[in-house]
Amino acid sequence: MKLQFSEQEEGFRQEVRAFVRERLPEDVRRKVERGLRLERHDYVAWYAKLYERGWITPSWPVEHGGPGWTPVERYIFDEETLLGNAPRIIASGINMLGPVLIAFGSEEQKRRHLPPIRRSEVWWAQGFSEPGAGSDLASMRTSAVREGDDFVVNGHKIWTSYAHFCDWLFCLVRTGSGKPQESISFLLIDLKTPGITVRPIRGIDGGDDLNEVYLDNVRVPAENLIGEVNKGWTYAKYLLGHERTGIAGVGASKQQLARLKRIAATVRDGGRPLIESPGWRERIAALEVELLALEYMGLRMLSGAQIAAAPGVDASLLKIRGTELRQAIYELLLEAAGPAAVPFVEEALFLERADEAPVEPELAALAANFLDSRKLSIYGGANEIQRNLAARALLGL
Amino acid sequence: MDFSLSDEQLQLRDAVQRFCEHEYPAASRGVPDAPARMDERWRLMADMGLLGLPFSAGHGGSELSAVDVMIVMEGLGRALACEPYCSTVVLAGGLVAAAGTPAQADALLPAVVRGERRLAIALDEPGARYDPLPLAAKAMRDGDGYRLDGRKTLVFDGDAADTLIVAARTSGAPGDRDGVTLFLVDATARGVDLHAYPTLDGRRAADFRFTDVRVPADRVLGEAGGGLALVEAALDRGIAALCAEAVGALDALLELTVDYVKVRKQFGVALASFQALQHRLVDMLIACEQARAMAGVAAMAVDGGDAAERARLVSAAKVQVGNAARLVTREAIQMHGAMGMTDECKVGHYAKRLLVIGQSFGDVRHHLRRFGQEALA
Ligand SMILES: Cc1cc2nc3c(=O)[nH]c(=O)nc-3n(C[C@H](O)[C@H](O)[C@H](O)COP(=O)(O)OP(=O)(O)OC[C@H]3O[C@@H](n4cnc5c(N)ncnc54)[C@H](O)[C@@H]3O)c2cc1C
Repeated sequence: MKLQFSEQEEGFRQEVRAFVRERLPEDVRRKVERGLRLERHDYVAWYAKLYERGWITPSWPVEHGGPGWTPVERYIFDEETLLGNAPRIIASGINMLGPVLIAFGSEEQKRRHLPPIRRSEVWWAQGFSEPGAGSDLASMRTSAVREGDDFVVNGHKIWTSYAHFCDWLFCLVRTGSGKPQESISFLLIDLKTPGITVRPIRGIDGGDDLNEVYLDNVRVPAENLIGEVNKGWTYAKYLLGHERTGIAGVGASKQQLARLKRIAATVRDGGRPLIESPGWRERIAALEVELLALEYMGLRMLSGAQIAAAPGVDASLLKIRGTELRQAIYELLLEAAGPAAVPFVEEALFLERADEAPVEPELAALAANFLDSRKLSIYGGANEIQRNLAARALLGL
Repeated sequence: MDFSLSDEQLQLRDAVQRFCEHEYPAASRGVPDAPARMDERWRLMADMGLLGLPFSAGHGGSELSAVDVMIVMEGLGRALACEPYCSTVVLAGGLVAAAGTPAQADALLPAVVRGERRLAIALDEPGARYDPLPLAAKAMRDGDGYRLDGRKTLVFDGDAADTLIVAARTSGAPGDRDGVTLFLVDATARGVDLHAYPTLDGRRAADFRFTDVRVPADRVLGEAGGGLALVEAALDRGIAALCAEAVGALDALLELTVDYVKVRKQFGVALASFQALQHRLVDMLIACEQARAMAGVAAMAVDGGDAAERARLVSAAKVQVGNAARLVTREAIQMHGAMGMTDECKVGHYAKRLLVIGQSFGDVRHHLRRFGQEALA
């Protein structure tokens, strides 16, 4: 056991930190720092810098353009980019589809799809959930029927994040009538294909990240099938289990804790900054201790993974505690805002119009961010489902 | 000790419920209404006698208690009604009834009762964070009246108000208990600048700037310099009413969630069959029932005579209701899954109203502190 990062790792940290400081566009940084709305071009502006540096696809193997980092280096990268208020890598093409293509795609599919993902030219949406199939994803019904060289797809996908600014959809479709998990296929669908309607779903915070996608007799060339017919569930499980390092959200928690301290140092109560009151200090400290414990639990698991490299259910533990901690930080941020959380001028959530907020700019998005944080325990496998998994796999219940 | 409602109170509750079911169809709750529609409802509320509930018969009111106000607010909360009932009737109307001269009360209250005049209180100042003491707006003597200068923020329903009750210092310095005076100011008076904006719950609030506003001496409400105690009593009445509104909203959230887990199926069964959720639904129920009890305690306390006891119990209620709201909104959203994260789903609208109530007129921490001061004094 050793508590410190190695000299090399510390050097890497400095390198990432300097990179973020020098290359992250200032307007994008400010948007992230204040929790304001980000649009596709904001992400692209940052991703382009990462691409130039060869850092855009940390989890991909070197031969496909990955940087060849150790899990610890990827961890440091996540943390430093978030602490520097860079946008997260939300692109499902990078986080989800890329690894699946690399593991199960044909050479032609890799050649065609991987480079535009790395260059952020093509954005992918994840079409898994359906109105009737959320936690019970295997019950999804969107069907794909083979007709000549095409699949004809009919169905309804929902909660499709960012579909309104995506170009393609990777989609689970039903291709047989056998056991639910054994009759699902994994299909790539160009969102410009006739028969597709994308409808935005307004979020609780007024945001427009969510969409639903209607597929009405959509003809998809059979060459867009990943791997084998009826093996889609295996690929989907690989995809969902793949992104382990970031699952605890330690970097995101640190970013928001830093924001909390900044805000607590400026917002005053009874003439004194919140941070000077013992009650506030104790509550912030409690979150920080919890975060340390989460971080070290994660690092402990990570150093095990560096030896065994087997994805395990221990990720569920990180997901549960990590999301709950982030939600607790957002709750405290909301409390720090006090009455400033009450006004809600939606336009002011865009940096260009931030001056329309009737409160200090740093506080304008806190209520929206708090509401949005409720999603953390719902998506990526709801926390209840993670607990069920952990009970079964870790405790043998 | 008696928490039961009288026959008249049960009738009032049913009447409010019928009104709300008719006026706020479930599907459109949380969707901002056109001003004309809100005006129409306001008139209907006047016709039902709701706007005169706490006022004297001489002013057209029905002389009912804070418990009756609680009954109305609970109904409005359950329906997510957005009319300025608390601002006009409870907070500002209550202040006029408590402290106004006969001439002032005659001039304002009958019009309020008929739904022809709306009021709001302009108390908070930028950066004040729930505490009225640091209040810095100034009113200087000027001939037979005053000149008012200062800024007010987060005046709920401020842009709908015809008359504002403005708290300003006529003597002393920010932080002094003495020297705060209340003024009745026409919203259209010269030197009154208003900046209105939406609030998180889809309602509206306003910031005001008063620049050299002339206020005649007969528009001083209550004793000059003695406004703070009046404000505190009014705020406690308002908080008790908001606690009742929150209880209505909490009930609605619990009901929505229970209904949802019964119909939503995953893994071939209703979500309701999972004990992991059942236990948490029971915790939500407990939170709702504790909040209901405390809202009742607060209502009775504001009608009692003892100011310290009133402050202690109202703060306790605000704390309890605030904590219940956190728990119930969190769980309601979680159990609705992604649906709970949408604007289409009513859960979010109740959540936002509860959030606004929680962050207004003192949050949990503020009232814990106040409770501690009163309880340990
Ligand atoms: C912001 C956001 C973005 C999303 N983006 C995408 C996307 O891009 N692509 C995509 O395909 N999907 C996306 N999703 C959908 C997400 O994967 C689902 O919301 C999630 O799988 C839960 O499904 P559900 O919403 O239908 O909830 P349900 O499955 O209906 O669950 C409702 C509640 O019941 C609980 N529950 C369910 N089963 C059990 C059980 N057995 N025991 C105890 N409790 C249980 C759940 O945990 C939850 O609290 C997104 C969701 C959100 C909120």
